[in-house]
Amino acid sequence: MIFKFIVFLPLVGFLIAGIFGRQIGDRASMLLTSGLVSIAGILSWFVFFDVIAGGNQHSVHVLSWVTSGTLTFDWAFHIDTLTAVMLIVVNTVSALVHWYSMGYMEEDPHKPRFFAYLSLFTFAMLMLVTSDNLVQMFFGWEGVGLASYLLIGFWYKKPSANAAAIKAFVVNRVGDFGFALGIYAVFLLVGSVEFSTIFARIGEFETATVSFLGTDYHAITVAALLLFVGAMGKSAQLGLHTWLPDAMEGPTPVSALIHAATMVTAGVFLVARFSPLFDLSPVALSVVTYVGAATALFAASVGLVQNDIKRVIAYSTCSQLGYMFVALGVTAYGGAIFHLFTHAFFKALLFLGAGSVIHAMHHEQDMRKMGGIYKKIPLTYIVMIIGTLAITGVPFLSGYYSKDLIIEAAYASSAPGAQFAFILTVVAALMTSFYSWRLIFLTFHGQTRADNHTFDHAHEGPAVMTIPLIILAVGALAAGGYFANSFIGDGRFAFWNGALVTSAGDVMDLAHQVPKAVVWAPFIAMILGLFVSACFYRPHVKMSAIAAFGLAVAATAVLVLVPSQYAGYAAVAALALSAYVLFGAWGWLSNDLPSRTAATWSGLYAFILNKWYFDELYNYIFVRPAFWLGKIFWKKGDEATIDGFGPNGVSALVAGVAARVRKLQTGYVYHYAFAMIIGLALVVTWFMMQGGAH
Amino acid sequence: MTVGLGHYLTVAAILFVFGVFGIFLNRKNVIIILMSIELMLLAVNINLVAFSTFQGDMAGQVLAMFVLTVAAAEAAIGLAILVVYFRSRGSIAVEDINQMKG
Repeated sequence: MIFKFIVFLPLVGFLIAGIFGRQIGDRASMLLTSGLVSIAGILSWFVFFDVIAGGNQHSVHVLSWVTSGTLTFDWAFHIDTLTAVMLIVVNTVSALVHWYSMGYMEEDPHKPRFFAYLSLFTFAMLMLVTSDNLVQMFFGWEGVGLASYLLIGFWYKKPSANAAAIKAFVVNRVGDFGFALGIYAVFLLVGSVEFSTIFARIGEFETATVSFLGTDYHAITVAALLLFVGAMGKSAQLGLHTWLPDAMEGPTPVSALIHAATMVTAGVFLVARFSPLFDLSPVALSVVTYVGAATALFAASVGLVQNDIKRVIAYSTCSQLGYMFVALGVTAYGGAIFHLFTHAFFKALLFLGAGSVIHAMHHEQDMRKMGGIYKKIPLTYIVMIIGTLAITGVPFLSGYYSKDLIIEAAYASSAPGAQFAFILTVVAALMTSFYSWRLIFLTFHGQTRADNHTFDHAHEGPAVMTIPLIILAVGALAAGGYFANSFIGDGRFAFWNGALVTSAGDVMDLAHQVPKAVVWAPFIAMILGLFVSACFYRPHVKMSAIAAFGLAVAATAVLVLVPSQYAGYAAVAALALSAYVLFGAWGWLSNDLPSRTAATWSGLYAFILNKWYFDELYNYIFVRPAFWLGKIFWKKGDEATIDGFGPNGVSALVAGVAARVRKLQTGYVYHYAFAMIIGLALVVTWFMMQGGAH
Repeated sequence: MTVGLGHYLTVAAILFVFGVFGIFLNRKNVIIILMSIELMLLAVNINLVAFSTFQGDMAGQVLAMFVLTVAAAEAAIGLAILVVYFRSRGSIAVEDINQMKG
């Protein structure tokens, strides 16, 4: 029963707020939807602890759905650890975003619609993660796509929002087509779409092949790759990523909920759910690794130069999703879900923090028009710092545990592509640190570049906005350390309890035994990113160079005396700090460093500023040919052929004949009389020629 | 020379042709069209009476009486229409009557 409450309470909220929103009013709609989702959120924590503490798995049958030949599936929930983790992520973030939206959307005239959509999204996402068969998952998959479309285009009067919504929908169609084909492939192979049957029997088909156009392919690889295409679309992986940055046209709470914490991780969830299938196909896993690593680097590089605060975080999300796929690709499934879990907290925190900044700055999103506002909104500043520390992987914050594990697992794995992924993820970690700190420096520090009125009126949001920020900040601080042992440590066998493929001696065990240099790599990358970022955007910090230098010396001494990992971290950090301060003291740094760099590397700068020209490329390869083809069908096929010979042709023929016949009608009486006489004469003549009436 | 059936029929035919041409060639006045129609009916009457006489069958003459009656009625209605038409359009010239033009 509790599971049905968790899944269907948001649906109830959606229906009531959606249908009766006008009758019950704004406030009732908001409180109702938020309250119901909050109840679902609290219940899902109970379920989570029940599942992991008791080692329970639950199957709940709701309704029979389809029985057709050998195809049988029901509306049913399957609650194992993987689902329980997704439940708390989805419901917690959703509940917090609901409350936050009450403050953020305060001046919007369509609040019931907004909250109804949020609840609809939550319901669809819950259907997706609780499903026990592929078809119900597909239902949830499309449902979240729909809710995403509706919410991106929520401000439907903005043409850019409509365009972004359509783009998101169309790009997702490509992925969904792959997903649908993947479902068919799995059904063709196993003869069932229910997870329990698929995973029980998938081992039998390890060597099965499918024949396509005369060539035999490894069936499981085909199925896995098709499913991965679906995951790529939903999770905005390189190639199908173009919709995610544009999706920032939606309200900021939507970006936090859908395009950071939950929906975009559905692809990661899908691959993790199908880990028994992917595990049998090294080729598919390699593809996942390559795509994930490429996405991580690509998105991080684009994030370096974006000026819209939300777009920076959007590319950051895309990049972090790449990390998750790298983890999946090197079979560290638990690591991927762990990163999903921690990422949900700190990325939702960053987005909601950015929303708080945007709220304070009167809906200004351009970081070039911000700056110096940390005194005005200190709480937002602090939580954003926490989120940034977490995402860049500062030790003991949540991102540190999950991200470092992914990098180490990539190094430890011997699968093809893993070393490639290791290098790319370390470089991406450097970039992550750079753009995250750039965001902080540009937004909160330095002289303000906002106009006086905006700056003077910048203020912290109401309590409904700040409390969710604080809760998420706690999650970003503590979720990693608290759950690390369960998700990725020695407790993972009991924790996952068969929900994911994991075994002793797998890549996650190997990841804990990598060389020191590998363990340090992400940390050094992070410090380096911070260092470069500070040099670029904070060149004139007045700080005691001597104190920092002394700190560095002391830390180095600690490193020498106490050869521990963390002492090393401190030393690296102190060295970077002192180098930075010395650079500043010697006057090597100046304010125009970013613009000088951009001018020096203008080609590269233009390349990444234009997002590697993906949009232009797609426009050239797909969009314009599609328009061209559509125009041919429209002009030649529809208008010329069907209309030409069909309705328009017939009517034109009738009109043309009638126009000519009409000319015969002169209107003069004697003409008609003449015609009658001639006719009469002809008839009479005819009779005479026939020989009279006989 | 005796006057035979052929003469009557010739006169009637000439009259009929006059009537027909009166309709076609007339460009001025609708009344002339009405008169031409009368002429054609009379030509028919001559035929009827001539055949009746030469065949010794009175039915033809009876029919001629009917034709006269119908012609009178037709003339009365036609003239009435013309009067009304003149009142509304201000002209009964044949050239002006082309409202049925397509």
